[in-house]
Amino acid sequence: MDWSAVPRLIWENAYLGIVPALIGLVIALPLGIACARWKWLYPPVLSATSVLYALPSLALFIVLIPYTGLTDTTVVIPLTLFSLCVLVPNVVDGMRSVPEEVRQAATAMGFGTVRRLVQVELPIAVPIVIAGLRVAMVSSISLASVGQLIGVSSLGYLIVDGYQRDFPEEIYVGGGLIIALALVCDLLLVLLRRVLTPWQPRRSREEILGVGVAAPPTTMVVAG
Amino acid sequence: MSFFSFAWNWLKQPAQWHGSGGIPVRILEQLGYTALALLVAALIAVPLGILIGHTGRGALAVVNVANAWRAIPTLGLLVLLTIWLGFNVLAWLVPLVVLGIPPILVNVYEGVAGVDPELRDAARGMGMTPWQQVRKVEVPVAMPLIVLGLRTGAIFVVATATIAAYIGLGGLGRYIIDGLAVSNYGEVAGGALFVVLLALAVQALFIGVRRVAVPKGLRQQGRAS
Repeated sequence: MDWSAVPRLIWENAYLGIVPALIGLVIALPLGIACARWKWLYPPVLSATSVLYALPSLALFIVLIPYTGLTDTTVVIPLTLFSLCVLVPNVVDGMRSVPEEVRQAATAMGFGTVRRLVQVELPIAVPIVIAGLRVAMVSSISLASVGQLIGVSSLGYLIVDGYQRDFPEEIYVGGGLIIALALVCDLLLVLLRRVLTPWQPRRSREEILGVGVAAPPTTMVVAG
Repeated sequence: MSFFSFAWNWLKQPAQWHGSGGIPVRILEQLGYTALALLVAALIAVPLGILIGHTGRGALAVVNVANAWRAIPTLGLLVLLTIWLGFNVLAWLVPLVVLGIPPILVNVYEGVAGVDPELRDAARGMGMTPWQQVRKVEVPVAMPLIVLGLRTGAIFVVATATIAAYIGLGGLGRYIIDGLAVSNYGEVAGGALFVVLLALAVQALFIGVRRVAVPKGLRQQGRAS
């Protein structure tokens, strides 16, 4: 086993996990804000995302092969869709968590719609949105390894190679690194939340374990 | 050629529909694995979730398990168990159950723990025993989340069962893994198409289950809000 490839595999896996979560966020923010503003929009969007979320990643990778080939994009698109499914409900919940008095106070202070959104509503929504981003990123990092089955390189390589050679140590390393990468990214998001919302009480122990102000995991897939 | 024309060219061949490797058999296999794993996961997670939701003991552990579980690489878990145990029932059933439990556990817990305290008080005030409180009040009120948990669990089990073809499990994933091995994209696409259809069918089934299982009073409440 040539361990010198490991740093590259970590980088590839990080890319395949982080990029979908971030693109998902960029799409989910306007979509979620729109769903929070126009209530009729939310049920159809929610139904669409919950159907999408039910599709197995491996099948989605394969659907895309004729269009995007055996490239990173083939893995990034489905993981972006999954991230979107996780993030939209959290953005909507985040926007709904803004107390009505706060909204009215901002309006009374002469804030226009856009300024109120950027300076008041979004900052209040940050903890719930980041809770969703944590779920999206950890899932994407872990799911990226499935892309190895269609030949898209990630830490999944160590798992597949270890299996083919009957070499368990390589699988421990691959699996362990995936979990470690997921935990590191999760921790970074917790720190980001603290930086963005300095007014929130710090409950470091709970937060790192994944409790904190996180919205309940049930919000990820919603009945409909 | 598009995905669908690849899939269509493959599945229109009569040979795909017969014998032990035919599409009907593979669909039944996949449904069988999914049903068995989901049943085992539910038998563990539903009572445990109700217990924790009712007593409030161990709630922190549930939430932590639910968060940590997403980081587990499915493929790694499958491959590792196969190396440890050889390919047998446990090598695929254990990962399917392990990945199916957390979403069921969390949703059942949240559902039962989230029951309005006034309802609990009322149940107790009517002289119900703890068992009656659980059975007649808490479980029915928690039913939307219990069904949601089972549905999410089913999503993960179906996806994992597909990936488990890599370690030798039957089912629709076979077409994907075998097709990839010989670069027969038609077979791979056909397998993926049926996996997608099966996943959609499972979702539809749970939407139906929700209609039946959720008590009338709760359904109306849902419509009003």
